[in-house]
Amino acid sequence: MNPLTQLRHQIRYINKAFWRNPASAFFTFAFPLMFLVIFTSLLGHHALRISPGRTIDVSTYYVASMGAYAVITACYNNIAIGLAIQRDSGVLKRTRGTPIPGGVYILARLVHALFVAVILVVITAAYGRLFYHSSLPTGVPLIEFLTMLLVGTLTFCSLGFAITCVIPNADAAPAVVNASILPLLFLSGVFIPITSTAPTWMVWVARIFPVRHFTLAMNAGFVGTTFNWMDVVVVAAWGIGGFVVSYRFFTWEPKR
Amino acid sequence: MRGLKKSYGRFAALRGIDLEIRRGEIFALLGPNGAGKTTFVEILEGFRHRDGGDVTVLGIDPDHQPMALKTKIGIVLQSSGMDRYLNVAETVEMYSSYYPEPRPVAEILSLVGLEAKRDERVLRLSGGQQRRLDVAIALAGNPELLFLDEPTTGFDPSARREVWEVIKNLRGLGKTVVLTTHFMDEAQYLADRLAVIASGSIVAEGDPETLAGRNRMQATVRFTLPEGVAPPDRLNVTPLPGAIYEMGTTAVTRDLHDLTEWALGVGVELSDLRVERPSLEDVYLELTAEAAAESSESTS
Repeated sequence: MNPLTQLRHQIRYINKAFWRNPASAFFTFAFPLMFLVIFTSLLGHHALRISPGRTIDVSTYYVASMGAYAVITACYNNIAIGLAIQRDSGVLKRTRGTPIPGGVYILARLVHALFVAVILVVITAAYGRLFYHSSLPTGVPLIEFLTMLLVGTLTFCSLGFAITCVIPNADAAPAVVNASILPLLFLSGVFIPITSTAPTWMVWVARIFPVRHFTLAMNAGFVGTTFNWMDVVVVAAWGIGGFVVSYRFFTWEPKR
Repeated sequence: MRGLKKSYGRFAALRGIDLEIRRGEIFALLGPNGAGKTTFVEILEGFRHRDGGDVTVLGIDPDHQPMALKTKIGIVLQSSGMDRYLNVAETVEMYSSYYPEPRPVAEILSLVGLEAKRDERVLRLSGGQQRRLDVAIALAGNPELLFLDEPTTGFDPSARREVWEVIKNLRGLGKTVVLTTHFMDEAQYLADRLAVIASGSIVAEGDPETLAGRNRMQATVRFTLPEGVAPPDRLNVTPLPGAIYEMGTTAVTRDLHDLTEWALGVGVELSDLRVERPSLEDVYLELTAEAAAESSESTS
């Protein structure tokens, strides 16, 4: 059996089930878009000082940030919660008893998450362009942006796989996932811009974890700040770490 | 398989199992909870590795060539979910796409009697229907051998019947079926041959009719006589209260002949005449109780 054909089939079934499941369609897909509308409508045309002597519309900031947030939910939350539920209900064990290679099955989930993330980013950018005249990256910044998007998607998927290793059961999945990501989203300035008055510990937390680096690099192309390749490196390092943990500790059978 | 062993820490789940399952038969592994049934089948399926002994399944060692084995077997786990948002036909199609030579989906659905439900979402199926879908998924790759781990545990009687009929139908396809169960009636109804497992060992093996010499055990002949009539001494009959008589025998045909000959001779009617054999359940309970007693002696 051709693994590529298997991969294509599998993505198709994951996609069908994804849109029919109200939880995934709402929390993964509609949630970031809802935040985008709320934040931009609420704070619309306020000016935001992003560096000395440079101000942008708050809406532009949120278009970029919500794009990053959408990628994180589509990858990290979606994969971690979805996979923990599948593991607990025995879907993964059943799959393990069939000849589809484990790698193909996992890759199908990853590619599907990437697909959802890209749709969300495109919708977010189009929304910003249409209603708030946000600028879109072109030329070199576009290439930089796409690189970060790809690396970020892979990393947050990989971290999603890794976190399932510590999720004890399906009921705990949303709690573990949200407890691990929500504080970071706030500390990393995804929902509320971090200004120079932020406490030092917060800045350090943001520096250690991948969310801030990912958001900064994703935003660069939109808000016109400098793109820093170091951000990509930090995010990629987390991705590799996630892969190692998943490879070592991932289980196909319910943890009981 | 020979000398199959498996331990979890200090607990010996399987203590050396020798068993041969023939192609084309429905084989039941009967035993109480915790006897080692699931461990046993999961070793054959390739989910767990054995600690000792030799195992060949369809000529393949599950520890060495798990992939080759997976294309030839179908597995119904004790409890396992499926994607609730796909419909019945999509679910079977998805699993079919994993196999090199799948069986046509329409054919599978008619085998398990789910044609009418092909467009129904999995989450709207009843328990019995979901179990039939489990069997359908296991049939997706057109396997030679099917494992069913406690296929009806936790089902109401009508759902059990549904699943039984589906399993009976598999016989017509020439598939080998290995099922585990702790229900005597299930083993008796479905199996060509069965083995009783208790505390990690096989305590009996045979066909349901003759298991553990059930057919050769002492049978009981019971009958009622009219008031004032006594049976002859040579027949070794024990009187019970209420003019009921009981005769234990290992030669039913001869002793029954003697009895009826005498009754015809003296002109009495043997009302309520019955011959009773120990039921499969009696045999099973006796065997598993013995094994449990032995294993608690050996551990203490």
